[in-house]
Amino acid sequence: MIIKTKNDIPASEITDPLIFRGRRKIIKAVLAVMGAGAGISPILADSNKPAWADLPTGDFSADLLTPTPAELIKNYTNYYEFSFNKKDAANLAQNLRTDPWSVEISGEVEKPGSYYLEDVLRQQTLQERIYRFRCVEGWSMVVPWVGFSLGELLKTVKPLSTAQFVKFTAVYQPEIMLKQRNNAMLEWPYVEGLRIDEAMHPLTILAVGMYGDILPKQNGAPLRLVVPWKYGFKSIKAIVKIELLKRPPVTSWNQFAPNEYGFYSNVNPAVAHPRWSQSSERQLGSGFFTPRRQTELFNGYGEQVASLYSDMDLRHFF
Amino acid sequence: MIFRINNLRSKFIVVCLLPLLWLCVDIAFDNLGSNPVQALHIRLGDWSLRFLCLTLAITPIQTITKWRGMADYRQLFGLYAFFYASLHLLGYLLADHALMWRIIGIDIIESPYIWFGVLAYGIIFLLALTSPKWAKKRMGKTWKKLHRLIYIAAVAAIIHYFWQLKGNLAEPLFYSIIVFLLLGFRVLVWVKNRQLTKMMIPTGQRVLALAEKQGVIQEAPRKQR
Repeated sequence: MIIKTKNDIPASEITDPLIFRGRRKIIKAVLAVMGAGAGISPILADSNKPAWADLPTGDFSADLLTPTPAELIKNYTNYYEFSFNKKDAANLAQNLRTDPWSVEISGEVEKPGSYYLEDVLRQQTLQERIYRFRCVEGWSMVVPWVGFSLGELLKTVKPLSTAQFVKFTAVYQPEIMLKQRNNAMLEWPYVEGLRIDEAMHPLTILAVGMYGDILPKQNGAPLRLVVPWKYGFKSIKAIVKIELLKRPPVTSWNQFAPNEYGFYSNVNPAVAHPRWSQSSERQLGSGFFTPRRQTELFNGYGEQVASLYSDMDLRHFF
Repeated sequence: MIFRINNLRSKFIVVCLLPLLWLCVDIAFDNLGSNPVQALHIRLGDWSLRFLCLTLAITPIQTITKWRGMADYRQLFGLYAFFYASLHLLGYLLADHALMWRIIGIDIIESPYIWFGVLAYGIIFLLALTSPKWAKKRMGKTWKKLHRLIYIAAVAAIIHYFWQLKGNLAEPLFYSIIVFLLLGFRVLVWVKNRQLTKMMIPTGQRVLALAEKQGVIQEAPRKQR
């Protein structure tokens, strides 16, 4: 696989590499001091110490992207299970129980089973991936995720040739998740899906952290999907079940409003949402009087993923 | 001499500026959260809608309480609805889009929710333009007809609010109920007046016929509202 980095990122988005590396050095030095002796399992690690301070930055992370400040990412996240208000959701999500956590992998696989997250992490190679994240609501950010390849995980359970789609199911904790208890808006638990080739694509990761540390609960802890070329709602949080299927699964937003949210939901500035344009996005961290960023096809990952959709009418399969 | 605001209306003029002051403080102290531009839109849009609701509430209050002289406040609140809507629009053009007209053009063409915002603003703009007393006098009956468009503006503003949301419909729902009640009140009054007119027309016609017969008047006077 040829790994290319795009070189037409607008100047406004680029931090001077020297400054950037300098910053990273400082951050890493600080993290190293704070995390000295943090050799323990990341999940068990003291919450004051970053879990993966010295992780190498992995493939596809255009090193030129400046990550959005962590505080902004933590306070601006949709988590409809808790609240329809982002700020409230961030607070309420702290009640989520994430320990212990296991993931069931089943369906069209040779080795179905339930796996403890710690065991999965022991097997997989963690990487930092700095990805753009574009929400269907018209805002975007750049997140330094910590995660591993979904494809690599799926290989360990040996998918059968009949496996055409992957269904992801999020946690169901109605006693904690208010909107689940009230049956509000969507069908709960939240479900998302990918075509098998999308799931196996090296860009697709399961994230367990961001900014070198364990994922904040409101951002999808302890395990979430990250598919950077699709709208954010495809990147399902708090995954408890992964099923490989012959048929496409019914996904939450698609079920709620099929004419507004398609199964694919690839970022595409040319295909507007029925009620609003997708041509531009507000980048978190950019201030007043800063123009919006022009949204890119496949969120700028066209070089890597366009071939998955070469024979498809993206207007129809939105 | 000490400057004193002793007039109630002047006090209202100042009070209505407090939301703007509050917004400025929040901007200065970076209190608008992770997406301040979005927060700015919502804050200004909300206040415009609130003043629009207040404007619509004056007539029912006047009818129910029989208070007089509230027309001045209706004008004041209406102008503030226009004021906050104008800031909302400027926020969109300047703070969000930095006057990048090409992107603004695409955004407006592709976003039906914005069409309703434009419609609401267009109406409120016209109403603000014709709000001075001399304009009211000069326009006569047309003024009343034109200013009835405020009902359309209110409904368009509500749709504008609803259609840009993915979730959290509680707030626009709240305003829809308010606007629905305020418009419902008008419909009730209208129905009641119609029924009254219906009852009065036969009597009125008899009186007129009699009057004409006796040569008291030459022709039927124009029907009053």
